[in-house]
Amino acid sequence: MERTTVDLWVGAFVVAGIAALVVLALKVGNLSTYNVSETYQLQAYFTNVGGLKPTASVRSAGVLVGRVTEIKLDTERYEARVTMSVDKRYQFPRDTFANIQTAGLLGENYIGLMPGGDSAMLKNGEIFKQTQSAMVLEDLISKFIYGTSEKSK
Amino acid sequence: MPIVKSLRVIGRRTVNSVWRLGYASRFFMLTLFYSGASFRRFHLTVKEMFSSGVMSLIIILVAGMFVGMVLGLQGYETLKRYGSESALGSLVALSLVRELGPVLAALLFASRAGSAMTAEIGLMKATEQIAAMEMMAVNPISRVIAPRFWAGVISMPLLSALFSAMGVFGGYVVGVVLIGVDEGSFWSQMQSAVDFQHDVMNGVIKSFVFGVAVTVIALFEGFDAPPTAEGVSGATTRTVVQSSLAILILDFILTAFMFRGE
Repeated sequence: MERTTVDLWVGAFVVAGIAALVVLALKVGNLSTYNVSETYQLQAYFTNVGGLKPTASVRSAGVLVGRVTEIKLDTERYEARVTMSVDKRYQFPRDTFANIQTAGLLGENYIGLMPGGDSAMLKNGEIFKQTQSAMVLEDLISKFIYGTSEKSK
Repeated sequence: MPIVKSLRVIGRRTVNSVWRLGYASRFFMLTLFYSGASFRRFHLTVKEMFSSGVMSLIIILVAGMFVGMVLGLQGYETLKRYGSESALGSLVALSLVRELGPVLAALLFASRAGSAMTAEIGLMKATEQIAAMEMMAVNPISRVIAPRFWAGVISMPLLSALFSAMGVFGGYVVGVVLIGVDEGSFWSQMQSAVDFQHDVMNGVIKSFVFGVAVTVIALFEGFDAPPTAEGVSGATTRTVVQSSLAILILDFILTAFMFRGE
């Protein structure tokens, strides 16, 4: 069996196709921003998660440190239990605040971590003691409307 | 009795199409069963990849480029009203990777390569080459059909990825180079919106399914074509019509499974 020019063309075609897939994965998609480093799990309870979804980012001081992996309703407390996997390079004190924040006025929800001053660090599977739920815009607006109308009476 | 007559026609057509469907399913299973030779003698498949994949490259690349450029223009016009031109990158990339890349590449592939496959096999049958192979104890399915099937199935995802990549480049050319959307926000919005698993891989799965559907329809229509000039031309027409419909219907089904609007 000999090598032919057809083989060369088909080889070039396959290389180009795979290169296009790699471009789609790295340049167009967000594969390059996924951290392959090891993670540990942390949990937090929220009375309202708003529009938070799995794979939402977990940020501290604006830096991406992890992702939300699971959101479930805990039927003992009737609160949402959010599990997130955080990069092992980043350790957080035990009294860290976990807030659900919004990127811009109509942007996505993400979890913001505000570290406290405790010297002990959170370990795998532990729970954030202090959390703040999502700010629901409709609630704020209705509070604003009904709050002012009551005052004017 | 015209009623009885028309009932008879409907009945005959229904039975006929069910019959053909069964024959096509058996044909598909036989193709899978006899595909060993197309990998053991891989040069057969490579030759078919040249005629179906490489020869479709020009139309795929040019079409992808222009579709991306149109998306850039139209998307910019709409997004400008809401002052969110910076989301142009994610609009172009998401619509290409999820839908337009796989679907349009498959439609082009069906009319460029599928019709050629049908005509080639129909003519091979009309000139009794397939019967001659059977006489020589060469299995026509493993020698003629299976290499073309696998060539199409391998080529289709590659063509669709090339279409999407060219489209993103076309959108970049119109959006960033010509109109002047900020380059940094174009790429960063795109990267934060497009998920590799959810968007890119689902697009690849779609194009793989379309590749199977288009090549099976094209090969079966050729294999089942009446061995006349009219029969081959009718089979070629049916290939393009049926595979285009199959692509669009399958696209709806796959989209409903993949993006349930969670």
